[in-house]
Amino acid sequence: MSTTETKPAPPPVEKIKIKVDGREIEVPKMTPDWQGKMQPTTMLQACALANQDVPHYCYHPKLPIAGNCRMCLVEFGTPMIGPDRQPVKNEDGTPKIAKSVLPYEPSTPRGAIACATPISPGMEIYPSSPATKQMREAVLESLLINHPLDCPICDQAGECKLQEYSVDYGKATSRFVEEKEHKPKQVDLGPRIMLDDERCILCSRCVRFSKDIAGDDALGFASRGSRNFLTNFPGKKFDNNYTLNTVDICPVGALTSKDFRFQMRVWFLKESKSVCTSCATGCNIVIGSRENKVYRYEPRENDAVNSSWMCDAGRLNYKWINSEFRLTQIKGPKTEWSLALRDIAETLRKAPLGSVAMVASARQTNEELYLLKKLATKLNALTDSVPRTGEGDKLLVNADKNPNSNGAKLIGIAPAQMGSNLPKIAEGIHSGSIKTLIVFGEDVTKCGISADLLGKLSTLIVSDILPNKTTEAAHYVLPGCAHAEKRGSFVNTKGRVQRFMQNTQPKGNARAEWEFLHELVYDVTGQNGFVSIEGLFNQMAKEVPAFQGVTWAALGDLGVTINL
Amino acid sequence: MSQEYRLILKNADQPGYTTDMDCYLRHGGYGALKKALALPVKDLPDGKKMTAQEQIREDVKASGLRGRGGAGFSCGLKWSFVDRKSGKPIYLICNADESEPGTFKDRQIIYKDPHQLVEGMIISCFANDVHLAYIYIRGEMPDGARILKKALADARAKNFLGKNILGSGYDLEIYVHRGAGAYICGEETGLIESLEGKRAYPRIKPPYFPAVLGLYMCPTIVNNVETLAAVKHIVTMGSAEYAKLGTPNNTGTRIVSVSGQVKKPGYFEVEVGKATIGELIFHEKFGGGLKDGRKLKAIIPGGSSSKVFKAGEKFKLKRKGADGQMTAVEVDMLDLPYDFDSLQQAGSMSGSGAIIVVDDSTDIVSVLANLSEFYAHESCGQCTPCREGSLWMNKALHRMSHGHGRKQDADYLLNIAQNIQGRTICAFGEACAWPVLSFVNKFKDEFVAKGAADEAKNHGGAGPTNEMKIAASPRAD
Amino acid sequence: MSFTVPKELETELDELITHYPQKRSASLMFLHAIQEHFGFISPEAMEWTAKKLELQPINVYELVTFYPMFRTEKLGKYQIKVCRTLSCALGGSHALRDHFCQKLGLDSTKHEPQTTKDGKFTVEFVECLASCGTAPVVMINEDFHEGVSNQKADELLGRCK
Repeated sequence: MSTTETKPAPPPVEKIKIKVDGREIEVPKMTPDWQGKMQPTTMLQACALANQDVPHYCYHPKLPIAGNCRMCLVEFGTPMIGPDRQPVKNEDGTPKIAKSVLPYEPSTPRGAIACATPISPGMEIYPSSPATKQMREAVLESLLINHPLDCPICDQAGECKLQEYSVDYGKATSRFVEEKEHKPKQVDLGPRIMLDDERCILCSRCVRFSKDIAGDDALGFASRGSRNFLTNFPGKKFDNNYTLNTVDICPVGALTSKDFRFQMRVWFLKESKSVCTSCATGCNIVIGSRENKVYRYEPRENDAVNSSWMCDAGRLNYKWINSEFRLTQIKGPKTEWSLALRDIAETLRKAPLGSVAMVASARQTNEELYLLKKLATKLNALTDSVPRTGEGDKLLVNADKNPNSNGAKLIGIAPAQMGSNLPKIAEGIHSGSIKTLIVFGEDVTKCGISADLLGKLSTLIVSDILPNKTTEAAHYVLPGCAHAEKRGSFVNTKGRVQRFMQNTQPKGNARAEWEFLHELVYDVTGQNGFVSIEGLFNQMAKEVPAFQGVTWAALGDLGVTINL
Repeated sequence: MSQEYRLILKNADQPGYTTDMDCYLRHGGYGALKKALALPVKDLPDGKKMTAQEQIREDVKASGLRGRGGAGFSCGLKWSFVDRKSGKPIYLICNADESEPGTFKDRQIIYKDPHQLVEGMIISCFANDVHLAYIYIRGEMPDGARILKKALADARAKNFLGKNILGSGYDLEIYVHRGAGAYICGEETGLIESLEGKRAYPRIKPPYFPAVLGLYMCPTIVNNVETLAAVKHIVTMGSAEYAKLGTPNNTGTRIVSVSGQVKKPGYFEVEVGKATIGELIFHEKFGGGLKDGRKLKAIIPGGSSSKVFKAGEKFKLKRKGADGQMTAVEVDMLDLPYDFDSLQQAGSMSGSGAIIVVDDSTDIVSVLANLSEFYAHESCGQCTPCREGSLWMNKALHRMSHGHGRKQDADYLLNIAQNIQGRTICAFGEACAWPVLSFVNKFKDEFVAKGAADEAKNHGGAGPTNEMKIAASPRAD
Repeated sequence: MSFTVPKELETELDELITHYPQKRSASLMFLHAIQEHFGFISPEAMEWTAKKLELQPINVYELVTFYPMFRTEKLGKYQIKVCRTLSCALGGSHALRDHFCQKLGLDSTKHEPQTTKDGKFTVEFVECLASCGTAPVVMINEDFHEGVSNQKADELLGRCK
């Protein structure tokens, strides 16, 4: 009797054969729709599987299908059926294809919108045919006749679908000799969004997003026909916590972010994959910076976490990175890194066991917390993190405002009840049993360890990135890095381990915490670790049970889910 | 056969005939409904049984009735597409949004014989297991809405509507719903959206075929006023008798609206295909011919969306000869039988049954400019080709009709129109493109000549030509 | 927001809602009734309607701006709608509209609704009114007039007190 358990084989995926540009491929009959429900595979999805991108404006994989832009029209045909209801064959035995044509003008192909037309067995799609190309050219021309030619000052320039498709399907000159339509410009739609109705191509992506994703039915179209324009209800501000996503999905420059507009040409931005740090959801983002200044966050698609979206609050929570008050120099008896770290190590080595306590923020990375945990173990230090709670919502915002609470708990810095050790630490300082306090990334004066109490310590070692009451009281301040300036990983609220990449350089003399902690741990414990983030993560994964089997490389761009 | 055959409008214009229930009953009203409700279950030779509903549906199919709204699609076939297994309610909507320019036939039924529509509608609802139905009437017919509302109330009072109709156990409610000035509501999915309280944006098909995913995402039938009125007569006469009217595949009667430059514009109910276009325009009993001294220039045969016919145009029609063989016969435009199939063979359509006559005193560019303004104004604006193209064509034609034409404008217009037809969400794309394609193609010399004349004049510093004033400036609103 | 609906009208509107399985469907009928009562549909009326039908104000605004019969401002006591489309145009509707404009001191080159200074008349061109056989046709408020000659137009104006 075998004891080997086998998982039941997944049901076979039903496939159908079609041809794309003459090449036969087999594609699944059903594909998840915008809500993840299985629906008949569309021509657009099938073409994507055949590596044929079908241009489109209104279609968005995460929104209900509208079918209004007509850019995805493709020429196609289906197997011809004879009067006997049997397939008609060519002389060579292959099925005869009836190309779709206008019923009243059989010499003209009739396209279908690839975004909404399901495939059927034997269908032939011609995304590269001259007829398809002509349809795209015509739609693009129509979209451009009333479009203002203000690309030089348009924020969308460089990431505009009109520009992009103009390269493929545009004309060098316009034959439009009539007067252009004029529509509202510089419309203040809400606190974070500006609208230019002349640039709008009425694709309705923003309308559908607001209604169907954000649950705020705030946008719509007024007027009729060619005079249609996007609008909010007059006087009612477009102001939910997800409005800036409409800027992302706007294929043109109609919706722009007040925060980003006119700040930077997008082609100058250096972009890196990262993770938002404003709550425990850990929305995947792209950070865009130029000359070491961060200009924007944009959501990065990750279906396990944030789909294609992020909240406005998180998106705009980056300005502190560029703050002029950033800590850039070591403060303390020694102001050069190697000397300071050696000095601190010596102090810690001398400290009696149990006389050191540690508060490490749940905003620090797993790698940093892991190294701090090594220190704490060696020093038998009482440790904790600072809980940070606020309001959550049903879509993305988590009530836990720390990006790495789970990391702090799994690594053992924070107790199961985060913050429950803080009173004990305060008590220890008060009673004199704790003489040395190590603080990473928190202002402990805000969580029950007052500045007066800090004054009783013989040594206060602090690492942070912005000054506060705790850094003011510190004997040593070690300037650290924002997530944008280093690599590392977090564990989100659902146990998704996600890594992020470095985008900008540390400010001044600051260093990534994991780098100097690695040195400090060596100096204190004699244990050598890995000097790379990859090695460090992999070492942690071997030692911390929750991360068993996970490697830095395996995290990829989208992370890995572990059991909490 | 140059005379009317009044079936639907039999009573409408009779002296003393009113819209009252009593009057309708005196003329045998609601007899067809009683007959329909009382139809016994029919035993079929194969042992199966056929319900009253199935029998009516079968009858309507057998009658050959084709939709009178514009597309001319088989009514019975349309009903047969209805998803009857979804478990969802089935809705029926009477399309009384009569707004195809040139058409004024449904108005006659609604304003003069509303109970006939109501009766036809109740029978159609019964046949399709519909328990809630609407009459979507265009907003510009406030009196029509009142008349229908009263007719429905009176029908309710007589238990022709409501619960357990005439003891049959069948329940039905019908309500009047008013539009508010949007031609696109005549498109059935636009109408459904409008009835749902939204902008009348037609739905994409697939997946939203009304027979499956219509009103409130339930199976829905949308039928024209005249079509539903005809159902009453099919039940009264039986499908075989009804099918004897008209011509094969073009059965029954149809109310033809004749307008424009004829002596006696009006509406005429004729057997489908029994009168020619020429008769409808020139015969004393119909349009009565052109005004004195005028010659025919063009006719728009099936509502403004249909492709224009040029005077003197000849077509090859397939006709069955005496030997039963199909042969091609050359037919002058005026000799085309006014039916669905002949006009389709001639490259146009009988559409909503509306003939607009244009005589030689009229500038053809201005006629097209007038029509294109209608389409630019009525485009819902949902999808790109129609939204942008309809106004583009209108601007070009406005420019032309105001003395700033160019020689290349004819081809310019043809190309814009070609890029609209067949590429839009709904048939409005064709509706706005076809007039342009047909007018410019068939009267190309006039469009080119106008452009050339304007270019010559403007080059010489002269002002705009003195255009015929039927095309106003595009709206600024 | 100072928008109140008289009890009778609200009762009528409440009854309309019962005609439909979904409240939103009553939108157009609501707006007709409100416009009939108030003469136009104000932003407050749109918000009121939205609330009543459990919609967002934008849902109603979209309708009011899409359907040309709905007005967002008060127009003349008598609204004269002259059919512009082909059969009426061939029947002289442009000259007829010019005549109305001249008689009432309005600019005949303007297409959109124009109201006389005393607020008595509004003249506008509208699209096909589906009575092409009796061109040119005119609607004055809810009344329909066929085959309107200049002389008949004068009579009609005379009847507007």
